[in-house]
Amino acid sequence: MIKKIIVIIITTFALVSNLHAGSDGELLLKKNEPSKIKDCSETFNKASFALNQGLDKVIFKPVASVYRLMPSPVKTGVSNSLNNLSNVITIPNNLLQGEFVLAGINVGRFVINTTVGILGLFDVASYLGFEEYTKEDYGQSLATHGVGPGCYLVLPVLGPSTARDTIASLANFFGGDAWYNVTVRNDTHYFRDVDYYSSKVTSGVDFRAKNFDSIENLEKNSLDFYASVKSLYLQDRQQKILNSQKIIETQNDSDWEEIETQ
Amino acid sequence: MIQKKLLIFFVIFFSITFNSFSLEPDIFVQSTVNRASKLLGENISKDEKIKKLKTIAKETVDIRGIGFYTLGKKRKSLNEDEKKRYTALFEEYFLKSFSSRLAEYTNPEIDVRNKDKLNENYTIVNSILKATDERPEIKIDWRIYTKNPDNPLIRDLIIEGLSLARTQKEEFASVLNSNNDDIEALFKVLKEFSQN
Repeated sequence: MIKKIIVIIITTFALVSNLHAGSDGELLLKKNEPSKIKDCSETFNKASFALNQGLDKVIFKPVASVYRLMPSPVKTGVSNSLNNLSNVITIPNNLLQGEFVLAGINVGRFVINTTVGILGLFDVASYLGFEEYTKEDYGQSLATHGVGPGCYLVLPVLGPSTARDTIASLANFFGGDAWYNVTVRNDTHYFRDVDYYSSKVTSGVDFRAKNFDSIENLEKNSLDFYASVKSLYLQDRQQKILNSQKIIETQNDSDWEEIETQ
Repeated sequence: MIQKKLLIFFVIFFSITFNSFSLEPDIFVQSTVNRASKLLGENISKDEKIKKLKTIAKETVDIRGIGFYTLGKKRKSLNEDEKKRYTALFEEYFLKSFSSRLAEYTNPEIDVRNKDKLNENYTIVNSILKATDERPEIKIDWRIYTKNPDNPLIRDLIIEGLSLARTQKEEFASVLNSNNDDIEALFKVLKEFSQN
């Protein structure tokens, strides 16, 4: 299994590294500019969005509203565990993006939090002064190597995405996600399929609970909720791809400048 | 001699008062936040809070500027009458949306941490909305328009890297796109939002 993962990583890295030469920060910024990403299948996307809103009202919102009433340490523990688990996708992607030092730091973080932090419940690594953790995925790796986002997509149940990110996420099911490998793909006798799926559902509930008021507020005050969600998702992706903490890098000032002359 | 003393006095007086009018963007943000936070913590009705929040917004936010930014390229094709109507409708929409969003919070604690001067016209002020039992800490950056240093104005709120002005701009573009770029359709939607 490990051999397969290494082969996938090396092959993907070899394929994408050729594209790297042409991609710098500015190009990356332009390619992932939210307003330039086309909504090619808008009818399908809007139907899918409506379905997701229905599911949210019936399942995610009620569950999240109960979840957020739980004591803070419980919610923090769950959130920490899920973050820790996501390292198994982040670390290979740190390597794919050429972030070898960061990969090493995240390996250290994962080992410490899984052992001393009792299966990730406690973020001991942050307490010890490890760098702030940032999740990475296969979509971000492809983007870093110059692959454009393609069309905007809204997937049933899973939510907003792009063509690139949807295709890239398939890597998780073909050896790129160690957690999927030990739960669903291989019969390890230690974990079951339900462990994987329940972790994914919990992750969704955790996200919904953390953003409970913001989502309610946005829905209530939007002229076009679909367009708002699309814009926020694509802005967030652009920022994650650039790994930018500085918002000014992802903000184009030219429109603001034009206003001066109005 | 007296004349000379008076002259020195006036020069010193004006240089002190001139400097004291110039308001640093980070101090402006912190004082605005403190005003809003104090108001939200008051034991008054929600309607009363909304009314007072609108006053704060009118004094501290460049509503007209945000309105034109939000309209994107479409603003170039508007005639004077349409611009006037849009400015009035946008202000109503903005104040309602802004105040009802904020009125949901009770006593939010925001700490201003840093500032980054982009150019003579803009400074980004970084702040943190402190975590509560129900939500984690949130990073909020403020785009402050500083063309007139005596009267800085808020032009955008960037929450965890996501710009509210930009989101609103893409929302308006979507409304226009689905209505054959007809500005009257946007006017209608804005009016309906404000009246509901």
